[in-house]
Amino acid sequence: DKLGLGRPAVPEEIEAWDVVVLPDGRGLPEGSGDVSTGEEVFAEKCAMCHGDFAEGIDNWPVLAGGQGTLTDRRPVKTIGSYWPYLSTVWDYIHRSMPFGAAQTVTPDETYAITAFLLYSNGLVDEDFVLSKENFTEIHLPNENGFYPDDRAEVEYPKFRVEPCMTDCKGEVKITKRAADLKVTPTDPDGRPAGTIPDWFEVAQNDTAPEAPADEAQAEPAAEAEATAMAAPDPALVAAGEKVFRKCKACHKVGEGAKNGTGPVLNGVVGRPAAAVDGFKYSNAMKAAAEDGLVWTPENLHEYLAAPKKFIKGTKMSFAGLKKPEDIDAVIAYLSTFGG
Amino acid sequence: VPDPLITQVQPWASEFGDPVDATPYGMPIRFESHVVRRNVPWLTESPISSINFTPIHALEGTITPQGCAFERHHSGAIELSKSDYRLMVNGLVDTPLVFTYEDLTRFPRHVQTFFCECAANGGMEWGGAQLQGAQFTHGMIHNMEYTGVLLRDILNEAGIKPEGKWVYVEGADASSNGRSIPLEKAMDDVMVAFFANGEALRKEHGYPVRLVVPGWEGNMWVKWLRRIAVYDRAVESREETSKYTDLMPDGRARKWTWVMDAKSVITSPSPQAPIRHGKGPLVITGLAWSGHGKIARVDVSLDGGRTWTEAQLSGDIKPKALTRFHLNIDWDGREMLLQSRAMDETGYVQPTKDQLREIRGLNSVYHNNGIQTWWVREDGEVENVEVS
Repeated sequence: DKLGLGRPAVPEEIEAWDVVVLPDGRGLPEGSGDVSTGEEVFAEKCAMCHGDFAEGIDNWPVLAGGQGTLTDRRPVKTIGSYWPYLSTVWDYIHRSMPFGAAQTVTPDETYAITAFLLYSNGLVDEDFVLSKENFTEIHLPNENGFYPDDRAEVEYPKFRVEPCMTDCKGEVKITKRAADLKVTPTDPDGRPAGTIPDWFEVAQNDTAPEAPADEAQAEPAAEAEATAMAAPDPALVAAGEKVFRKCKACHKVGEGAKNGTGPVLNGVVGRPAAAVDGFKYSNAMKAAAEDGLVWTPENLHEYLAAPKKFIKGTKMSFAGLKKPEDIDAVIAYLSTFGG
Repeated sequence: VPDPLITQVQPWASEFGDPVDATPYGMPIRFESHVVRRNVPWLTESPISSINFTPIHALEGTITPQGCAFERHHSGAIELSKSDYRLMVNGLVDTPLVFTYEDLTRFPRHVQTFFCECAANGGMEWGGAQLQGAQFTHGMIHNMEYTGVLLRDILNEAGIKPEGKWVYVEGADASSNGRSIPLEKAMDDVMVAFFANGEALRKEHGYPVRLVVPGWEGNMWVKWLRRIAVYDRAVESREETSKYTDLMPDGRARKWTWVMDAKSVITSPSPQAPIRHGKGPLVITGLAWSGHGKIARVDVSLDGGRTWTEAQLSGDIKPKALTRFHLNIDWDGREMLLQSRAMDETGYVQPTKDQLREIRGLNSVYHNNGIQTWWVREDGEVENVEVS
């Protein structure tokens, strides 16, 4: 008894959305890629988070190494040490990577990156070429390292017992205190963040937010009007905030912002290049700074349109913003954050 | 001394309050501003692929308001309108189909309450007590009343071929999170939901449409659901191989550990909810849940597990949903080592952390449902500890 809801999916739609690849190679498109091409593409699209050698920068995932560490206290779970199937690697790169620019890696590039990752893990030689044809011949070392959930056999019989209610154990001692580690976010008073306040203490310091009086309102309004002449168009700034989502994974901005994969961007508009303390710039960026590069809106515009063209060798692997209006917007947005 | 709050006429007893429409879609009163989701910044490299925690220490009852229910995104919470929404069903089906949002609303509707718990809830505590507060140790959980349709009704519309044994569900966001679900579960109680707690899903919970997989780990509750594909095997996607598998002491890993076993935690008192009223009557309250069905009983210990008292289960007890428990005591002002222990209708008793470690070691990351201990000091302050 069908309701007759929905409509048949047409082949082009299924082809567009059904791109999953299974361990037996089903779903792989035609194509191929070699290790050295993979290394180049990886350096361009992946290395800003995963490192040039897939070693992982900061807390971003490590993709290579770690074999033989799965019984260590700190196991290193990589493609070579942990992942069971190469199809998963190919599928994830092709469908979900790079972070912030998913579905921009072509099938040939995906074969090449996958080949490079096999090489980084010591699983193939440097002249290896991965293709649809030889794909299923490759087996990852930990393919047989997984087994289906066996809690029902191993654990449940142990735990499905009548629980003890009295005299269940001897003297009880504290063996570990979280307080010793000091890794919990805290409120300004040093208590764990979000601690329910003492109502009486709160009441004593409480002042209700007053409705602004008429005269008080008039003054800042006049001031705002005066500064509005120089300030960027709020609509453009708002549009820029949206565009900035593409940058957010690597760049922080605003109060308390710190360097991440990219440098903090407070005060970037109008500032000399490579000027943020504590950030490791590429040699290319440092050289540009020595030549006197300043991030004027014009220079930023050119850089954001095609980063690698403007500074050959920049670490910023972002492909660039296609629309000039998006670039204007993001510059307007960034200009609202002082140094 | 007479209390001036009583003897003097207070402004709120004399003057006007807010008119209607002061907040057309209301927010909590400002005195509750501490009751918000919080994250632990060092856990992840980017807030775009991260998690935060429900303030369970400050909530009561069982329903989690959407506005403070924990979020987990793999590539940020996307803005997807109902008009742009499409759901495809393909793979081993008689007729691959495409549905609009409106199409989905025309299937028979179902309303049910379920908990959604991240498999990593408590994951930071495998090596020992680490985070100070129930929000941080147990807050990757929420409990909502969903309105939606049954996945089986949608699958039946496409017609499953006999060789179809698994469904693969996939999201529309850039992470394209996808998980394989065995067909028996898909045809049992899995919902395709569009309302939670009576209102449309929030953006951060998958607006306009998410999957609800009762009793199973949160990663499978795919948000912004865009595709359901029927296969003869599991896809073995990144999220079900390199992540959400449980590394065991012998270096091998359990996979397909979908069910969330019985678990409980005392939400108050707890490190973020200290006792400020001194000795005398004290209400101990907490939450219990099981992915296998209903909670049958919750015991509470005040002495680190030497003796136990059965707590009261308050309100309706629903399968695969949060259950609230209370225990009223007369606190003598002495130190306590508070623990709670859930039992579900299958007879499974929540184990201690050490019992779990004996089997699973310290590297399994996920599915830590061990008993939590709170050390209540004489001054009413509370710490996260482990005991012998």
